[in-house]
Amino acid sequence: MKIAVCVKQVPESTKRIDPSTKRLDRSGEGALNPFDAHAVEEALRLRDAAGSGEVVVLSLGPAKAADALRKTLAMGADRAVLVSDDVLAGSDLVATATALGAALRRESPDLVLFGQQAGDSDGAVLWAAIADRLRLPLVSQVGELTSSNGSIRGKRQTEFGYDLIEAPLPAVVAVSDAINEPRYPSLKGIMGAKRKPQETLGVDELGLSVDEVGEAGSRTTVLALSEPPPRGESRRIEDDGKAAEQIVEYLVEKRLL
Amino acid sequence: MPKTLVFLEHHGNELQRAALGVLSKAATLDGDVAGVVLGSGVTEAASQAGAYGASAVWVCDEPRLEAALPQPRVDALAQLVRAEGFDTVLFATSVLAADVAAGLAARLGAGLNWDLTDLTLDGGELVGKRPALGDSVYVDVGWKGEPRIGLIRSGTFDPAGNGAGADVRPFSVEFEDFSFAATMVEQAHEESEGPSIEDAEIIVAGGRGLKEPANFALVEALAQALGGAVAATRAVVDAGWYPYSSQVGQTGKTVSPKLYIACGVSGAIQHKVGMQNSNVIVAINKDANAPIFEYSDLGVVGDIHTIVPKLTELVRARRAG
Repeated sequence: MKIAVCVKQVPESTKRIDPSTKRLDRSGEGALNPFDAHAVEEALRLRDAAGSGEVVVLSLGPAKAADALRKTLAMGADRAVLVSDDVLAGSDLVATATALGAALRRESPDLVLFGQQAGDSDGAVLWAAIADRLRLPLVSQVGELTSSNGSIRGKRQTEFGYDLIEAPLPAVVAVSDAINEPRYPSLKGIMGAKRKPQETLGVDELGLSVDEVGEAGSRTTVLALSEPPPRGESRRIEDDGKAAEQIVEYLVEKRLL
Repeated sequence: MPKTLVFLEHHGNELQRAALGVLSKAATLDGDVAGVVLGSGVTEAASQAGAYGASAVWVCDEPRLEAALPQPRVDALAQLVRAEGFDTVLFATSVLAADVAAGLAARLGAGLNWDLTDLTLDGGELVGKRPALGDSVYVDVGWKGEPRIGLIRSGTFDPAGNGAGADVRPFSVEFEDFSFAATMVEQAHEESEGPSIEDAEIIVAGGRGLKEPANFALVEALAQALGGAVAATRAVVDAGWYPYSSQVGQTGKTVSPKLYIACGVSGAIQHKVGMQNSNVIVAINKDANAPIFEYSDLGVVGDIHTIVPKLTELVRARRAG
């Protein structure tokens, strides 16, 4: 089985929006979106349980996103594809779905995996757009995943309980961060990652025109940034044996008791 | 004249409160607002929507829509939006609605803005407000072209009824083959007993910091002393410590009580989205670096196993006195 995992590089620590471009400042250190590590882990488990197959990891982002891809190779993925081009900057959901969808079509995997959400934008929507573009069945919020005889079964969590959903392959699945505990790359894995195949594709290689992607291909826009309304004073106490009394005082002060 | 369509998600025979809230909000903006209900045996539920500001409710009442799966709903909405010329489609965020909205955006090549906490008209143009980066900055977002698609943060708007009825309009859909490739094998939905935590004014929540299921008794005792309800995190529900109907978070209930006391809850984003609209948040956690302290009004670093029983005693004494 060929499994494609879509991952994102997110800023590692201080997140800020650049006031001039109104885009997320991606100049600092980047890291693999922690939610995506669960999707990579699940792909590795499915491959290893089957005893054969390939895990290819794809990311759309700046050249630096190669670092996040390298981490997935160190975890055990077989190959990495970076979709990167200056004209892709500022892509919204539909523009991203167009570019990433083209890269996935080129791979034509049996299974496409996503993590639960992007740690920077809180977006939790890309898989459904990709599934529609690729005309493939979709299961999201999957907390348990099994594969057999050319189909997958996912246990999905909703507001109301668990759903067990089955879909024939090829399919698109988004896993929740409850599905597994991602492994840490071993030293051997980190050393070996450098020798694994990594390619970078631009819009030309993907057969896309510049007006379908980036800001030109986007249908949403950022108009302005502002300070959030003050949440009120936030208090912090360390328990020195009096915390329960202090909580009661606080609740009384807030007229909650 | 704007023409807005609101996706009205239902569960059983009930239209979801969050979706009716979005409908009420949309009705306060200019233009015509319609609702749409997609399911099996939903025509009667659909007629409820008129009371919340819909001039018409489109209904695709179809046995194949029985399962709450997104892809056939994308087909239905795409065809309705094209046929009727809706320029805006709004959703209350849910596990189902997010997938439907994103599939629809891809299908129609339309802009999708998510996690919106407000909608306004600025010179006739629709503008959404989106808290970003852990709510540290507010972003005004807009759309280029039509239709505009928006996912509204669940629980942002309360339903407001004006009593008028809606015109119920059935429509039929030609489904794509791939839309029924994914199938529901079984469902384990637990109906909650007693009052729903969504209506509670005070909630005491327990998380993995309780260490073992028996310690939920501490949370229950405090909730009882305060006259509140008990909630749980996904981690402890997954572990089988507490029923699903008590789960608060992205997968689970969205609550906005006057007081939310989180005991041993780390407060990851999955939990936060379900309770961030609470009026006052008190968090007790041993780990001073727990994310929940970033959005608590009162953060207490300490051991819940000693603090919570004592707090319960003090609350009881105060209420008795």
